[in-house]
Amino acid sequence: MDGKRRFDFGAGELERLAEEAREFKGESLWQDAWRRLRRNRFSWWAGVFLAIFMLGSFLAPVFPLRSPTEIRTERANLAPSFGGGDLNYLSEFKEDPTNDELDRAYWDLSFIDHGLLRMRMAIFKRWQPDTILGTDNLGRDILSRIVWGSRTSILVALAATLFSLLIGVTYGAFSGLMGGRIDNLMMRIVDILYSIPFIFVVIFLITFIGDRSTELEDKGIDREFVFYVVIGAVYWLTMARVVRGQVLSLKNSEFIEALRVMGASTPRILFAHVVPNILSIVIVYLTLTIPAIMLFEAFLSFLGLGIEAPKVSWGTLANDGTTAINPLRIYWWLVVFPAAAMGSTLLALNILGDGLRDALDPKMRGKD
Amino acid sequence: MIPFLARRLMWFAITLFTVMFVSFFLMRSVKGGPFDNERQLDAGVQATIEAEYHLDWPMWKQFAQYVGPLNLDDDGWFGEGETEGSAPFTGVLSGDFGPSFRYRDFSVNDIIGQALPISMLLGIVSMMWALALGISTGIASAIRRGTGLDLSMRLAATAGIALPNFVIASFLIILFVFLVPLFPVAGWGRLEHMILPGFCLGLVFAAYISRLTRTGMLEALSQDYIRTAHAKGLAPRTVIMRHALKGGLLPVVSYLGPATAGILTGSLVIERIFFIPGLGSHFVNSASNRDYTLAMGVTILYTVLVYGLNTVVDLAYTLLDPRIDLSES
Repeated sequence: MDGKRRFDFGAGELERLAEEAREFKGESLWQDAWRRLRRNRFSWWAGVFLAIFMLGSFLAPVFPLRSPTEIRTERANLAPSFGGGDLNYLSEFKEDPTNDELDRAYWDLSFIDHGLLRMRMAIFKRWQPDTILGTDNLGRDILSRIVWGSRTSILVALAATLFSLLIGVTYGAFSGLMGGRIDNLMMRIVDILYSIPFIFVVIFLITFIGDRSTELEDKGIDREFVFYVVIGAVYWLTMARVVRGQVLSLKNSEFIEALRVMGASTPRILFAHVVPNILSIVIVYLTLTIPAIMLFEAFLSFLGLGIEAPKVSWGTLANDGTTAINPLRIYWWLVVFPAAAMGSTLLALNILGDGLRDALDPKMRGKD
Repeated sequence: MIPFLARRLMWFAITLFTVMFVSFFLMRSVKGGPFDNERQLDAGVQATIEAEYHLDWPMWKQFAQYVGPLNLDDDGWFGEGETEGSAPFTGVLSGDFGPSFRYRDFSVNDIIGQALPISMLLGIVSMMWALALGISTGIASAIRRGTGLDLSMRLAATAGIALPNFVIASFLIILFVFLVPLFPVAGWGRLEHMILPGFCLGLVFAAYISRLTRTGMLEALSQDYIRTAHAKGLAPRTVIMRHALKGGLLPVVSYLGPATAGILTGSLVIERIFFIPGLGSHFVNSASNRDYTLAMGVTILYTVLVYGLNTVVDLAYTLLDPRIDLSES
């Protein structure tokens, strides 16, 4: 193209250029991230595994398993065995149990779980497999405890993460938007909180809550709710820092200024440009916070400070396993299976988190 | 340097006060006192015990007494009226954490004095081990970048981060205590008591350090001065160990602060599994026993430890990397 023609836009030429420009499809952040994630085979399969696992955990009542709380001392410490049949463990159920009867066999279940349990009875009738993964010292079925325990662990992780997200994003965004002295003060407070060994404060708090749990229950606050809030309240610090940093750099960035000059409306700038930029970094931290909180819940339950019976979580299972270790007879299934379930989930979450970070981190774009 | 330390000290004072304030009032707002839940005591005895531990005082006075170093005891200054020749409680600021609420004849200082060396030894052993394993695998990973060795080590590091230490510990106990009896079940005192707990406690941090070393080394190895060193004809070993490692280990140094805090946390579980009479197991017991003073003493001690170590790490960082300016942060 010679120099003269470059500036000589005829009407047709302009049309053609506009046509050409339309053909270039911009790739949004999410499309790009999705593509990168799919290319990272480890992360992709970790994600698939987690999706299947979450679904299975939600559908726990449909599986033909014994109640995780059902005690059968005559069947204590049975080794894993296959098989199955009309074992009639649900003997306390009539053909059509009421909600109360179901709650007695489990604990206070939600109406969704009642429905799922009915579905299971419609599908499997009274058929149950033998104890595939063995039983513990009270004759409770390990497989059932792992599957039901996964629900508690996932629920705690999600709820506490959501709570930490709420505090962290609000705090960080506010601090970043205000800037100046308020920002400085708010970040100093975060610094102070960082240097407190929180585990000790949390253990404090939880024993404190345990002491007045009946009092709180009268006010309609149950222990588990407080548990989520406390864990969430500890884990918001990093999120606040990250969001604040991102907001600060976005606030002063040239592309926002360019958008303003181009006449973009404030909502458009906010929702089409600022939020997606923050969202990506938030998602990355979320996937790394979830396993951390799961680990923390397991840690607390292991110390006997977390989830309380009759509910099960993976932490309580691990605790049962280690207390059952003794030199006379090794009930290896009590240790190995809960550990494998927890280990594989945490590993998958971490791998997915790493993959998402690589896929979403704008700094990594264009590099490999 | 001096203004930096002064600023740190100021924030330290604020942090410490926050911890003391929050934990004190949380503890005291629990309805049942430490002496409530046992069998019903005679009202007079109850009052005497409460008076001895100053539970009958108003909140603010208890707190002031706890912080110290004032002595607000009615019996007079420096506890002339105290019985059995026991030293009066002079408050946290003078290094006295008061009497334990559970172990009647011990002060919190006695318990910490017994348990802290054990936990420190365990912590140092596992930190050493974490550093040795983490740095060596990190370097190997960085040098052999992209190979199967690198990939497997990175996967192992992810596994080390993902798996809770009590899971690893129970596997190892089954393997090396019961199936192949190499180590004693539990206890403390000899070297073989230390190996399994130290291994389990250090593993997570070895994994993190390995990751950090790998990233740091990759960054350092791509620098111009490394190319210069190679061009000068230095042996690859010298280039890596003398020139690259210095820059490559910087991220590891800054991780040492959080790692110490993590080791303190991890010791709660590990000490429980291996029945080690360290500070961690005392803390867990004190929390469930409602032994207020012991739990608070440990919390405050750990806050001081973590904060102090973080400051030392920041100072060390500037010594290693002169480009960092303390006055900026």
